[in-house]
Amino acid sequence: MSILLVIFRRLVHAFLLILAVLVLNFLLIHIAPGDPAEVIAGEMGGATEEMLAQIRTAYGLDQPVIVQLGTYLGKALQGDLGQSFFYNAPVLELVSGRIGATILLVMTALLFAIFVGTLLGVIASHKPKGIVSGLVTLVSVIGYSAPIFWTGMMLVILFAWSIPIFPISGMYDITKGDDLWTRALDILHHLVLPALTLGIVYLAQYARLSRASMLEILGSDYIRTARAKGASEISVYGRHALRNAILPVVTIAGLQFGSVVSGAVLVETVFSWPGLGTLAFDSILARDYPTVLGILFFSSLLVIVANLLTDLVYRLVDPRIRMEG
Amino acid sequence: MRKIGVMALAATLLAGTFGITPLKAEQGKPGGTLVMGTTQKARHLNPAVQSGIATAVPGTQIFATPLRIDENWQPQPYLAESWNVSQDGRSITLNLRKNARFHDGEPITSEDVKFSIETVKTNHPFKSMFEPVENVDTSDPHIAIITFSKSHPAALLAMSSALLPIIPKHVYGDGQDLKSHPMNNAPVGSGPFKFKEFKPGEYIILEKNSDYFLEGRPYLDKIIIKNYKDTTSLALATDKGEVTMFPFLSSTKDIRRLKKNDDLVVTSKGYEAVGPMNWLAFNTNNEILKNEKVRQAIAYGFDRNFITNALHGGQSTAATGPVAPGSPFYAADVEKFELDIEKANKLLDEAGYKPGEDGMRFKLKLDYIPGAAEMQKSVAEYLKPQLKKIGVDVELRASPDFPTWAKRVGGHDFDMSLDIVFNWGDPVIGVHRTYSCENIRKGVIWSNTQSYCNGKVDGLLKLAAEEQDTDKRIALYQEAQEIIVSEAPLAFINTLPYHTAYSKKLGNPPLTVWGAMSPLDEVYFK
Repeated sequence: MSILLVIFRRLVHAFLLILAVLVLNFLLIHIAPGDPAEVIAGEMGGATEEMLAQIRTAYGLDQPVIVQLGTYLGKALQGDLGQSFFYNAPVLELVSGRIGATILLVMTALLFAIFVGTLLGVIASHKPKGIVSGLVTLVSVIGYSAPIFWTGMMLVILFAWSIPIFPISGMYDITKGDDLWTRALDILHHLVLPALTLGIVYLAQYARLSRASMLEILGSDYIRTARAKGASEISVYGRHALRNAILPVVTIAGLQFGSVVSGAVLVETVFSWPGLGTLAFDSILARDYPTVLGILFFSSLLVIVANLLTDLVYRLVDPRIRMEG
Repeated sequence: MRKIGVMALAATLLAGTFGITPLKAEQGKPGGTLVMGTTQKARHLNPAVQSGIATAVPGTQIFATPLRIDENWQPQPYLAESWNVSQDGRSITLNLRKNARFHDGEPITSEDVKFSIETVKTNHPFKSMFEPVENVDTSDPHIAIITFSKSHPAALLAMSSALLPIIPKHVYGDGQDLKSHPMNNAPVGSGPFKFKEFKPGEYIILEKNSDYFLEGRPYLDKIIIKNYKDTTSLALATDKGEVTMFPFLSSTKDIRRLKKNDDLVVTSKGYEAVGPMNWLAFNTNNEILKNEKVRQAIAYGFDRNFITNALHGGQSTAATGPVAPGSPFYAADVEKFELDIEKANKLLDEAGYKPGEDGMRFKLKLDYIPGAAEMQKSVAEYLKPQLKKIGVDVELRASPDFPTWAKRVGGHDFDMSLDIVFNWGDPVIGVHRTYSCENIRKGVIWSNTQSYCNGKVDGLLKLAAEEQDTDKRIALYQEAQEIIVSEAPLAFINTLPYHTAYSKKLGNPPLTVWGAMSPLDEVYFK
């Protein structure tokens, strides 16, 4: 099957999937008790009935849910995700202002987890009963078992007082200069703790996975052949074993992209990272339907694109798929 | 303090021309960036159509108001260099400064004052502020004559802080809906600081207005209002010196913690006009709670001192009635409902609720606002075992989030609920709404959700709203408060321990009755 056809089929699937996500989420959030007009009134310190009615009319909340759904989908298909009830701004503007921060956090965490995790797995597989292997296993078990928000809070406590070398909140310091380099370095500095928190869970998984996978492959015939023909250990690990051992890591990484994005919601909330996660959290509390739906739309888009990319990467890594595909 | 306040208020509210008293601020030196931390997220920055702290703090920097109020509740000149209240109290003449300009360079005229009053009257949730306004005469561009359908002494206070921002008609009068006007996110005002950047939920950057109508001010170059996810991280940032000012600090553990920091001043001054009250509301439509004796018994059944001293670590103050203690209209001489289990039991017996075999007389649900743990959840958790002592079986009903709580209490679907409500300066603005019969509005949060109605109280509140003589006004409110407190539609608990923590490097911190919800044009770095 040609790559273009694969992409085309995936896009059709993605469109239907996003539509289903929108409809399902629209209905779900409308089931939750509470009324956005009351939240806005709450923010205002109270309101009259006329004002509540005005707010409901302005946002179309006085219409039946099915009419609201129809209007929403109609507009969404034309690229208009509506106006945020809570923030006086178009959803597209709010979401696009935040999505970059989330992508930066998720990608950094994921790449950190894949590279460091795989590296640890490979090191551990060298002497599976050695101390290093035991340590990797221990760290993996702890990293994997600890809830992400707990890890985050522990890091906040640690770095807020004992070792105050990393900032514990936000993405950059607005009081510092806003020239490109200062800002970029400041963002990197702020990124360390959130990315570490988010990455550590997945790092543990990849370390375990690549260790197991390496052990299996290192015992196979072609590795013995490679060693027999005099290949160096580096070549055996790097060229022969790792290329096969990494396949499950790539598969899992792609599949896990969705869960990393949802993990980001927690991490962003703990570290006040101004991404989609904090916006989602605030918008759900404010019953800001258009913003929540906008965020879900974009996050499902992110997951779908990531899965598509995984497929393509998979094809590059494993020639068998290219042949069969 | 109260006495001074009353005298000053009496002096200024009487008819006559005013505007000569200069502000008594220290001379400051220019420069510096003030970083203010907050957990409140602004929806937008136009206080003409949005109440609340989140909009009011930046709003009072961007927009100037006709008057400002000092620490003795005394109106001071601001955009109006002087003003005159007519003998019958039905008209106020504002003499506007001729040199005042909006941030886009356009002059401020009486037309802008008229437009702003009309905007607030139509769009602001506090209808009572300008409801009696009949007309604003604009025949002279620098004189605005406001006429009222009746004497309206609350109007002067309603022309200060964030309550009447003068918004430019040439910007906001383009026919678009004011509540969702795009310029609410990039406002043009005439205050000491100009809008620079607003990232919703993240930060607001304001820059010095070098064309400000008060010469030599503001001193600061920039104000950054930074959002923090919770008070703990904000307190931490303040402790570390990342934040120069943390207003509306109410967590008692953070107050205690920041008080230990030698580089900071932590003060409760500056919240007198806000009047933030924490109380236990009763749904008087409830079959059990409609009996006054039951409500009084519950009010006698718990210890306010335990709440303020043990739960709030001595940082909050016991509340005794509808008006907060910092206000000139506060009535100290009311029934205090000090803990008296015996009396509470007697009242419940008289009400006909004898204890059952398990010692319980009846069961009531208790709601509380989620997310305000110290003032609400921990008080609710104290009340449950405490009220058991008088045979009231309390079932705590948590709400997962604010909308759920608001739906329950606003929709009158509750027995008892803890609640936090602000006085907002004049009783007409923030107090009447809780007790007047006409404000029993199902579906509207912070209306008279208790469904309390007493014709005499209603009459007294109406008279007080129009009374020009401050002493008489105080007497009317005293009488109304005595009745309200004794009939106990609410059991008053405490005022919120709002504090401002600020760096000792700051001069002229905002400690007037509106605190940080007033222009910071005098604040400077020493």
